[in-house]
Amino acid sequence: MSATLATQSLPGPAKNIEVARSLGSQRHRTNQIVKVLCVAATAIGLIFLASILSTLLIRGVGGISLTVFTTSTLPPGSQGGLLNAIIGSLIQTFIGAAIGTPIGLMVGTYLAEYAQQSKVGNAVRFVSDILLSAPSILIGLFVYQLVVTPFGGFSGIAGCIALAVIVIPIVVRTTEDMLRLIPATLREAVIGLGAPKWKMIVLICYRAAKEGIATGILLAVARVAGETAPLLFTSLGNLNWSTDLTKPLASLPVTIYQYAGSPFADWVQLAWVGALLITFGVLAINIGARLMLRRGK
Amino acid sequence: MSTTLTQSTQDNASFGGIQARATSTMNAARIAISNLDFFYGDHRALKGITLDLPDRQVTGMIGPSGCGKSTLLRVLNRMYDLYPGQRSTGQAMMDGMNIIDPGVDLNALRARIGMVFQKPTPFPMTIYENIAFGVKLHEKLSKAEMDERVEWSLTRGALWGEVKDRLHTSAMGLSGGQQQRLCIARTIAVRPEVILFDEPTSALDPISTLKIEELIDELKHDFTIAIVTHNMQQAARCADQVAFFYLGEMVECAPAAQIFTAPKEKRTQEYVTGRFG
Repeated sequence: MSATLATQSLPGPAKNIEVARSLGSQRHRTNQIVKVLCVAATAIGLIFLASILSTLLIRGVGGISLTVFTTSTLPPGSQGGLLNAIIGSLIQTFIGAAIGTPIGLMVGTYLAEYAQQSKVGNAVRFVSDILLSAPSILIGLFVYQLVVTPFGGFSGIAGCIALAVIVIPIVVRTTEDMLRLIPATLREAVIGLGAPKWKMIVLICYRAAKEGIATGILLAVARVAGETAPLLFTSLGNLNWSTDLTKPLASLPVTIYQYAGSPFADWVQLAWVGALLITFGVLAINIGARLMLRRGK
Repeated sequence: MSTTLTQSTQDNASFGGIQARATSTMNAARIAISNLDFFYGDHRALKGITLDLPDRQVTGMIGPSGCGKSTLLRVLNRMYDLYPGQRSTGQAMMDGMNIIDPGVDLNALRARIGMVFQKPTPFPMTIYENIAFGVKLHEKLSKAEMDERVEWSLTRGALWGEVKDRLHTSAMGLSGGQQQRLCIARTIAVRPEVILFDEPTSALDPISTLKIEELIDELKHDFTIAIVTHNMQQAARCADQVAFFYLGEMVECAPAAQIFTAPKEKRTQEYVTGRFG
C-alpha cells in the first residue's frame, strides 16, 4: 500500500522534472558565485587589517624602550620619548569623556524615556545622528571658533571640549538604543509598585541596561583616543612637558602626525611606536567593551 | 477536574465536571466600578462597565482576547496613564475616591492597588533588593524592620523556604515560577489593599500554576483580588465571583458556581462551554 502511494503522482498540475533540475543546478551555481565573492571581499578586508597591524608591529616594537615612557619629546637625535604625548592623550581623552558622557547619557535618556514620539525628540535624534557622522575636522574648527579664538590661543581644555563633542552623539545613540531594549513589562512592573518615573529610570532602567551603556562609553573613548584633526585646531600639540590645560597640550595622534612626516629617523621611529600604542590601547578598550557586553547577556 | 469544557453543551446545569467555588455571599465592595468607559484614542475599549470588587474575595475576569478584561485591570491602577492617547471616564470608587480622577496621587494609588503581570518581571538586582525596592518607595524602615518585611513578604509569597539561603543573589537566577512568586511577594511587601493579577500563570508550567493558585487562595484572607485569566478552570478554582467580558462590555457577573453552571446570558453560556472564544 505504501509503495503504491509513493509512486502515485500528486494531484494538481504535473511537475516538469527537467525544468526543476535545471533550475536547481542554476541556483546551485549562483550560490557558489555569491559565496566566492563574499569570501573574497572578506579576505581583502582582513588582508588590509593584517597588513596594517603587522606593519605597526614590525616597525613599532623595535622602538619600544623605557625612555619612550619616561622622557618627553626632544629635538631630533637626543633620545626623546613620548611621555608628554601619552599623558596629554590620557588627560584629553579622560576629560573629554568625562564631559561628554553625562551629557550624552542625559540626552539619550531624554530621547528614550521622555520624547519617544515627540517632534522635539525626533529633531534632537536627527541632529545627534548628523553629529555622529560629521567629519571630525569640522568639530575641531567649531571648537576653534568657540573656545580657541575668544580665549586667546590653543589650549588643552579646548582639545578636551572638541573630544567631548565627538563623545556626545556616540553615547546618545547607544544609551537610547539600550534603554529602548528594556521591555515595557519591566517598566510597568516598576511603575505598578508606585515608583515615580525618575526612580524607574535611574534605579531600574540604567541597571538593566548598564552593560550596553558602558560599552557605548568605552567605544566612544576608543574613538576619541585616536582623533587627530579636532586636536590640531584646539590643543595643537606641545613638544615640551606640560599638563597645563590652559596651554597647548601634547597628544599621541598629533605627535604621530608631526613626527611621521619629519626627515629624522628617530622621530619617525617614535611615530611608529606612538601608532602602536594607540592601536593596542584602542584594541584593549574594544575587547574590554565586548567582554562586558557578553557578560551582560 | 479532568473533563473538558466542551462536554456539557446541551445541559448547562451540569457543567462538565468543573467544580466552581460554592461561595454564595459576596462581601461589601472594596472597589465599586460604575459606568466606566475606556478609550484607546478613538476606540472605545470598555463600554459602561459596572462591577463591584468585593472586599477580600477573588473576582475572576474571563472573556475572549480583546474583550477588555486586561484593560479594566490597567484602569484600576491607572497604568494607562503611561501611554498618551489613552483615557477613561466614569467611576471606580475606593473609599470615596474616584480612582480615575485626574487629581489622584498615582504613586500612592499604586501602593494601595498592586499588580502582578503576565510575564514574571524580576528587577536586575538581588532577591532581597527586589522586595526592598517597593517598600523603600513608600516607607522608611530600619535594617531589622526591612529584614523582617522581606521575610514576611517572601513567606506570604510562598517563596521563603526556597530562597532564604540566597537572598543576596540575583533574582534573575530563579526559575520562571519562582520569579512570578517573587513578583507577588514584591507586590505584597508594599502592603496593598487590592492585588490585580493579569494572567499571572499563562507563562508558567502546571506545577508553578498550581502553587500560584494556592497562593491566591491564601492571599484573599487579607487582600481584595482581581484575576484576569484565559483558563476557565482557573477562574472556577480561584474566583468567588466571575465576570464575563465580551467586546468591551461586561456581559454578566455572578458567583463562580452560577457562571459555570447556570449563566443567565446566552453569550456567557456559549463562551464557558467553549462554543466561541
